[in-house]
Amino acid sequence: MANAIPQPTIPQAERENYLNKEYGVWSWLLTTDHKRIALLYLLSITFFFFIGGFFALLIRLELLTPAGDLVQADTYNKLFTMHGMVMIFFFLIPSIPAVLGNFLVPLMIGAKDLAFPRINLLSWYLYIIGGVIMLHCMLTGGVDTGWTFYAPFSTSFTNTKIVEAGIAIFIAGFSSILTGLNFVVTIHRMRAPGMTWSRLPLFIWAHYATSIIQLLGTPVVAVTILLVAAERALHLGIFDPKLGGDPLLFQHLFWFYSHPAVYIMILPSMGVVTEIIACFSRKRIFGYHFVAFSSIAIAVFGFLVWAHHMFVAGISVYSALVFSFLSYAVALPSAIKVFNWTATLYKGSIHYDAPMLYAFGFLGLFTIGGLTGLFLSALGINVHVTDTYFVVAHFHYIMVGGAVMGYLGGMHFWWPKISGRLYPEGWARLAALIVFIGFNLTFFPQFLLGYMGMPRRYYDYSHMPEFQVLNVLSTAGATILGVGYLLPMVYFLWSMRYGKPASDNPWNAAGLEWKTTSPPPTFNFDEEPVVTWEAYNYEELDAPHKEEVPVAG
Amino acid sequence: MAHRVDALYIFLLIVTGMMALLVFTLVIFFAARFRHRPGIRAEQIEGSTALEITWSAIPLLIFMVIFAWGAVVYFKERTPPADATEVYVVAKQWMWKVEHAEGQREINELHVPVGRDVKLIMTSQDVIHSFYIPAFRVKQDVLPGRYTVEWFRATKPGVYHLFCAEYCGTQHSGMVGSIIVQEPAEYEAWMNGGSTGPLSATGEKIFAELGCATCHRSDTQGRGPNLQGIYGKPVQLEDGRTVTADENYLRECILDPGSKRVKGFQPIMPTFQGLVSEEQVNALVAYIKSISAAKAADGAKTNASLVPSRDETGEQARVGTNGSQVQ
Amino acid sequence: MQDNANANASSFTAVHDHHGEAHAAHNPALLHHFAEPQQQRDAASLGMWVFLATEVMFFGGLFCAYLIYRRWYFGDFAAASKSIDMSLGATNTAVLICSSLTVVLAVWAAQTARKALLVGMLILTMLFGLTFLGIKGIEYKDKFEEHHVPGASFSFDHVEIPGHPGQFANPRHAQMFFSLYFVMTGLHALHMIIGLGIFTWLLIMAWKGRFTPEWHTPVEIGGLYWHFVDIVWIYLFPLLYLIDRHP
Repeated sequence: MANAIPQPTIPQAERENYLNKEYGVWSWLLTTDHKRIALLYLLSITFFFFIGGFFALLIRLELLTPAGDLVQADTYNKLFTMHGMVMIFFFLIPSIPAVLGNFLVPLMIGAKDLAFPRINLLSWYLYIIGGVIMLHCMLTGGVDTGWTFYAPFSTSFTNTKIVEAGIAIFIAGFSSILTGLNFVVTIHRMRAPGMTWSRLPLFIWAHYATSIIQLLGTPVVAVTILLVAAERALHLGIFDPKLGGDPLLFQHLFWFYSHPAVYIMILPSMGVVTEIIACFSRKRIFGYHFVAFSSIAIAVFGFLVWAHHMFVAGISVYSALVFSFLSYAVALPSAIKVFNWTATLYKGSIHYDAPMLYAFGFLGLFTIGGLTGLFLSALGINVHVTDTYFVVAHFHYIMVGGAVMGYLGGMHFWWPKISGRLYPEGWARLAALIVFIGFNLTFFPQFLLGYMGMPRRYYDYSHMPEFQVLNVLSTAGATILGVGYLLPMVYFLWSMRYGKPASDNPWNAAGLEWKTTSPPPTFNFDEEPVVTWEAYNYEELDAPHKEEVPVAG
Repeated sequence: MAHRVDALYIFLLIVTGMMALLVFTLVIFFAARFRHRPGIRAEQIEGSTALEITWSAIPLLIFMVIFAWGAVVYFKERTPPADATEVYVVAKQWMWKVEHAEGQREINELHVPVGRDVKLIMTSQDVIHSFYIPAFRVKQDVLPGRYTVEWFRATKPGVYHLFCAEYCGTQHSGMVGSIIVQEPAEYEAWMNGGSTGPLSATGEKIFAELGCATCHRSDTQGRGPNLQGIYGKPVQLEDGRTVTADENYLRECILDPGSKRVKGFQPIMPTFQGLVSEEQVNALVAYIKSISAAKAADGAKTNASLVPSRDETGEQARVGTNGSQVQ
Repeated sequence: MQDNANANASSFTAVHDHHGEAHAAHNPALLHHFAEPQQQRDAASLGMWVFLATEVMFFGGLFCAYLIYRRWYFGDFAAASKSIDMSLGATNTAVLICSSLTVVLAVWAAQTARKALLVGMLILTMLFGLTFLGIKGIEYKDKFEEHHVPGASFSFDHVEIPGHPGQFANPRHAQMFFSLYFVMTGLHALHMIIGLGIFTWLLIMAWKGRFTPEWHTPVEIGGLYWHFVDIVWIYLFPLLYLIDRHP
C-alpha cells in the first residue's frame, strides 16, 4: 500500500469517539475506558522518561572529563541510582504494556474493554502514587545504592531514603501485577467469536507472555524490598552478615525478579516489531507458531537464569555452570525471532514508513545487544566484563535500542488509531535516523570501555585518563539521542491539532483494531466482530479488486 | 590467564560478527530487493519447519561450543593452584588492605613477583566490594562475613590497575590501586624492606595472647580439638555433616563457634566476634595453616579424625566442668 | 473458523472483585463490557485465581529465605521454635480450618438462596478470623515479654537445643528465626485483616439481599481468597511451630 491516504467520507472529527465523548478533567481521572487509561499512562511515563533522561544527561556530562568535577560523588551515585530506578520501574516496565497494550489488547481481540476496567484505573493510580512517592524521595535526598539495592550496603550502611524508594517501587510493582492480571484474564475470556488462539496477533501473544512474567516475578521483588525495609527499620538481620544473615540471599531474591523483568521490557517490543514488519512487508509473519511459542519460551526460560548476574558474586562453580548453560538456552528463542523477522522480509513488498524504520533499527540494535549477551553468558568472559561498561552497553542496546525503538515504532504505527491524526512522515523518518545514529554513538564506545576495564558506577576516572576519548564520544552521542527523542514529542503534539485526519486504516493493516474508526468509539466496535479469517491476512487486504479503504460507520 | 580470556573473546567476536553480518546483510538485501514496486505483490509464505529447525539447531550448537569453552576458562580461573603464594586482602570502604604471608602490609597496592601464582584470600569489613584487575582479566566479589578467593599469575613486570568493581558507596571510584609486578630480585628486595614478621608468626602470638592454647592443646587432652594438621582435612560435625577445614571454616570457628560444632567436643568455645579484627583473623588462619604445613613437612601424618575416643570423651566430661563459657 | 470460537463466546461473564453495578439490559449485575453473565463470572474467577498465584510468589520469597536459614541453623531454629507456644498455634490452625468450613457453607448458602444462613456463616467466619487475630496478639505479646522480638532488646541466652543437652542456641541465629517468624506471620495477619475487610463488605451486601443464586460471585471469590489465607497458615504452622518437636 502506498502512503497515499484515501480521504474519509465523513469528517472524522465530528464523529463520536472515545476522545470527544466526554470532556473535563474528571472524565479522564475517573475513566474506566482502557483507551483513556492508556493515554493517562502515556502522559505519565513520558514525564518520567524525561526525568530519567535528565539524570542520564547529567551522568554523561560528568563523564566528559576524568575528574569528578561536575557533581559530588554522593550526588553522582544518586544520579545513576535514580536514573536506573525511574527508567526501569516508571518508564520501561509500564511503557508498551500500559500504553499500547492497554489501548490495543481489547481492540485486537474484539472486546469492548479489558476484563477489569476499574482495576485498570486502579493500576494507573497505583503507578501515580508510586511515582509521586519516588519523586518526593528524589527531591528530599534520593537514594544512592544503585537500582540494585545490594545488601548490606542498602540495609546497614547508607543513610539515604531506601525505605521511601522501596515503598514507591513496591506500590508501582502492584500496578504492574494488576496490569498483567487484567491482560491474562482478558486474553483468556474476552476474545471475540472466531478469535482463536492461533488467530491472535503476535502482539497479543507477546503481551500474554509478558503478563505471566509480571504476575509471577514482581511479587518476589516486592517481598525482597519489604525485607530490606524491615531490616533497615527494625534491625532484623535477614541479609546482614553481622546479624547472621547472608548478602547473597538478597542477590538471589532480587535477581529472581529482575532478570525476568528485562523480558517484561523486551517482549512487548518484540510484539510491536512483529506487527510492523508484517504490515510494511505486506505479508503474514514467517513462522507464526514459532514466533508465538518463542515468546512463551522466553518467559519460561527467563525465570531460570537469574544467577548469571552473580557469576563473580561468590556462588559455587557448579551453580555458575548451570546458569551459564541456561542463559544460552534463553538466547535461542530470541534468535529464532530475529530469523523469522528477517525471513518475513523475503519476497515481501516493503515500505519504508517511519514505523518500519524503527523496526529496522530494532532489528539491528537488538541483534547487537543480544549477541553481546552471548559474551556475558560465557563464564570466562563474564569475569572480566561484568560490572564494567560492557554490561552497561549490553543492556542499553536491548532496553533502549530494542525496547524504546519498538515503543517509538509502535507509537508511530498506532498513532493514527489513537489520535485520529497522521504524524508528519518526513520528520518521523528524520527522528528515526537521528535516534539510530545517536544511540550507536552513545553506546558502542561503551563496549570498548568495558573490555578495557572501566568499571560501572564510577564518577571519577582520573586514574585512567585513557578512558576519556571514548567517554567523550559517548556523551556526544547522548546529546544527539536526546534530540532524536525530543522530536517525536514535538510533532506528535503538533499533529493532534494540525495533523491530517486519519482514516480507519491508513496503513491498510491487518488486525481488528483497524476495522474500527480512528479514533475508535468508546466501546470500540459498533458491532461485536466475528472473526472468520486468519491473522495477517495481507493477501486479502492487498487483493487487486479492492477499491478504497472502506470507512467504518 | 588473560590470553585464555582474550582468545575466547576473539572467537566470540568472530562468531557474533559473522552472525551479525549475516543478519544485517540479509535484512539490507531483502529491504532493497523486495522494496515495494507498484503492481508487484508480496508472496505469502507461512513458514518452513525445516528452516526453523535448522536455524535453531545451528545456533544452539554454536552456543554450546561457546558455553563449553567459557566454562573451561572459568574453571581454571576459579581453581587456584595448590602451591600458590597466599596473600590476604581486607576490603573496607574505601581502601584495600593487603597482608602478605611474610608480614608485609600494603594499602591499595599489591607487589607480586612475575611468574608466581598468587592466591588472594579476601574478605570485607563492611559492604560488598570486588577486586578487579583488568589487565589480568580477573575479578572476584569480596564479601563481608566470609572469604572469597581469586588467583592469578603475572607474566610481565609492570604496574597494572586495580579497581573496586562492586558499587560500595561514596568513594567507590576512589577505591583504586595498583598491582606492581616485579622481577624476582626486585621483589625480594622489596620484601626485605621491613615487615612485622610473617603473618603466621603474628598469628601465633595472637593465639597465645587470647588463650586459645588453653583448650586447643597440641595433644588430645585439650577441651578443644587439636589444631595441628587440621587445615584442609575433613572434620566431622556434631550434626553428622562432614566439612573441610578450609579458611572459611576456620574463620567461622573463631567468630561463630556454635555454628559448626565438632563432634565429640563440648560447646564451650566462646566467640571472638568483636574481639578480633579481620586482620587478626587472617593472622590466626595463617598460623593454623602453618602448623598444618609444618606437620606435613615433618612427615608425621596422622589419620586420626578429630573425634576423640570414648575414654577421652569421658575424661573430658570430668575435666570440663568448671563452668561452660557460653558467649 | 469454529467452534472453538463459539465456545469461547460462551465462556463469559464475571464480575471483578468489587461487585457489579449494573446498567445493562438483562441482569442488573452484568457489566457492560461483558457479553453474558457467564463470561463475567468466569473472568472474575480466573482473575482471583491468577491473583492468588501472585500471592503464592509473594509468600514464596519468604518461605525460600526461611528454608535456607533453617537448613543452615537447624538446631538454633529448633530451639527458637520450641519457645513459641505450639498449643496456641494449633488452636489457631483449628480456628482457621473451621473458618474455611463456614466459608464453604456461606458459598453454598448463596448458591441456594439461603440468606439467613449466608449472613450467619459470614459472621461466623469473621468471628473465627477475629479469634485467630486475637490469639496471634497474645502470642506476640508473649514474645514481646520474653524479649524474643528482634531488635535492641532481643535476648535468647542459655536456651538449650532440643535433643542436645548442654548445647545452647546461638542467639544471632535464633534472632533470624524470630525475624522470619514475625515477618511471615505478620504478613499473614495483614492478609487476614484484609480478608476481614472483604468479608465485612460481603456481609453488608448479603444483609441487603444483593446476592442471588444467579449472581453471588463476590462471595465465591472472597471465599477463594479466604481459603488461600488459610492454606498459607497450614504451611506456616508446621514450619514455624513444629521444628524438631517430639511427642
